Amino acid sequence: MKTKAILSVLGEDRVGIVAGVSGALAEAGVNIEDIRQTILSGVFSMTMLVTVDEDAESFEAVQARLATVAEKIGMQITLQREDVFRFMHRV
Amino acid sequence: MLDISPEEIAETVTMVTQQNLDIRTVTLGVSLNDCAASDAAGIADRVYERLMTVAEKLIPTCEGIERDFGIPIVNKRISVTPIAEIATCAGPDLTPIALAMDRAAREIGVDFIGGFSALVQKGIGRGDQLVIDSLPSALALTERVCGSVNVASTRAGINMDAVMLMADTIKATAEATADRSGIGCAKLVVFCNMVEDNPFMAGAVHGSGEADVVVNVGISGPGVVNAVVRSLSEDADLTAVAEAIKATSFKITRAGELVAREAARRLGVTMGIVDLSLAPTPADGDSVAEIIEAIGVKRCGGPGTTTALALLNDAVKKGGAMGTSSIGGLSGAFIPVSEDMGMVRAVECGALTIEKLEAMMSVCSVGLDMIAIPGDTPAETIAAVISDACAIGVINSKTTAARLIPVPGKSVGDYVSFGGLLGHAPIMAVNAWAGTRLVRRGGRVPAPLGSLRN
Repeated sequence: MKTKAILSVLGEDRVGIVAGVSGALAEAGVNIEDIRQTILSGVFSMTMLVTVDEDAESFEAVQARLATVAEKIGMQITLQREDVFRFMHRV
Repeated sequence: MLDISPEEIAETVTMVTQQNLDIRTVTLGVSLNDCAASDAAGIADRVYERLMTVAEKLIPTCEGIERDFGIPIVNKRISVTPIAEIATCAGPDLTPIALAMDRAAREIGVDFIGGFSALVQKGIGRGDQLVIDSLPSALALTERVCGSVNVASTRAGINMDAVMLMADTIKATAEATADRSGIGCAKLVVFCNMVEDNPFMAGAVHGSGEADVVVNVGISGPGVVNAVVRSLSEDADLTAVAEAIKATSFKITRAGELVAREAARRLGVTMGIVDLSLAPTPADGDSVAEIIEAIGVKRCGGPGTTTALALLNDAVKKGGAMGTSSIGGLSGAFIPVSEDMGMVRAVECGALTIEKLEAMMSVCSVGLDMIAIPGDTPAETIAAVISDACAIGVINSKTTAARLIPVPGKSVGDYVSFGGLLGHAPIMAVNAWAGTRLVRRGGRVPAPLGSLRN
């Protein structure tokens, strides 16, 4: 089962964020569909639209993998199903 | 392509991580109509079996939704058919049924199960009497069971005999749980115009007009609304304040709608309602009182409080109404005292009194909620306070309720702590000039002219 999700990275800008996150995603077989990076009120923000292949690795396992990356690079990383954003921000 | 902006994504993430956005409760409503039997032990067995079968997957399902959507579901709960409806032929003591509900709740992993309840707005039937008589022991001997009794409605008026009976029952329940500060009363609500699909405790029941099993969801979000109001400029006018609350309420409600749909789909049951109540918790900032203060009242309870609460309550509904087509339950801001640190502060400094809470009740949801009062408050005084809450509900065709806790051995100025979501609170003064003779007259306050709508 393929699940569309939004990955969000928030924190202080530093070297290796994209590498750390995308490396973990590649290992989990997660495809990056779109990626955006910006500074929001002085905070580094990266958002990705990704497709999680749950046959390769479960949503929960990908989240656990990202939690390890978050701890390593000192950023807040969340992976949530895309529906939640569509529901909350689009009529 | 990503059609959601990074700002919108960051907003949602911040709502969850910093502003306490969560789903307050996913409540599984379960009909117990096939559990009727002629003795309490028989009913207890059937109720236990039924709950264990139907609600087995509730917790893992909710946990999966929390994980996938990244929105915490704080409470998972169960509401059942009012026990009075299935226990008419049982008795005299229905405590075994409450014990079975408690055991099932513990094994399933829900923190509360509601429905040890009766509806007596017009008269007290045998099953109703059995439930009410059993309430003190049922609430004392269980940890998770909640009870509620509807004593008034716009169509029936106020059953003052039932009001007085419930005041006596509240006193008896406080005494039965005296060693735990009367906590039994924190699990007992007296209602006017009770609803059949309320997901919030302690007043949740699964009404007779419902399908066999439904999922009802209660949103939360006082922290999010509070943050939004505080982010407005000092000179933003009240229309701008209402607009900001409305937009936020839409987003919170959509999260509730999504969770309700998904929970119903995964559990294979009917989606019931989304309850648009702002439900505070003792967590810092997750306070309805603080929203009122952010709107511009010096301390919750001061003049202007009712206006600010009316604006808040209305804006939440307007935003929420766009977010779901399944509005139900209580759907209004909650103003429990012990569960809202802003309310507690307001009581401590003398800004908030029971009389002001009564006024606030007329423009929002439920009302005299989680109020600790002196343990020696006479039953007649408690009855008179309840009847005033009922009068507001009856005349204004809205749900009102009282959850009063006469804490044994405590007086005004003392504190009581119930722990967890039930919070802690100072003992509040009760006006001593009660309508003792009024409530002792008994009988029924007739339904108002406004109820004749057909």
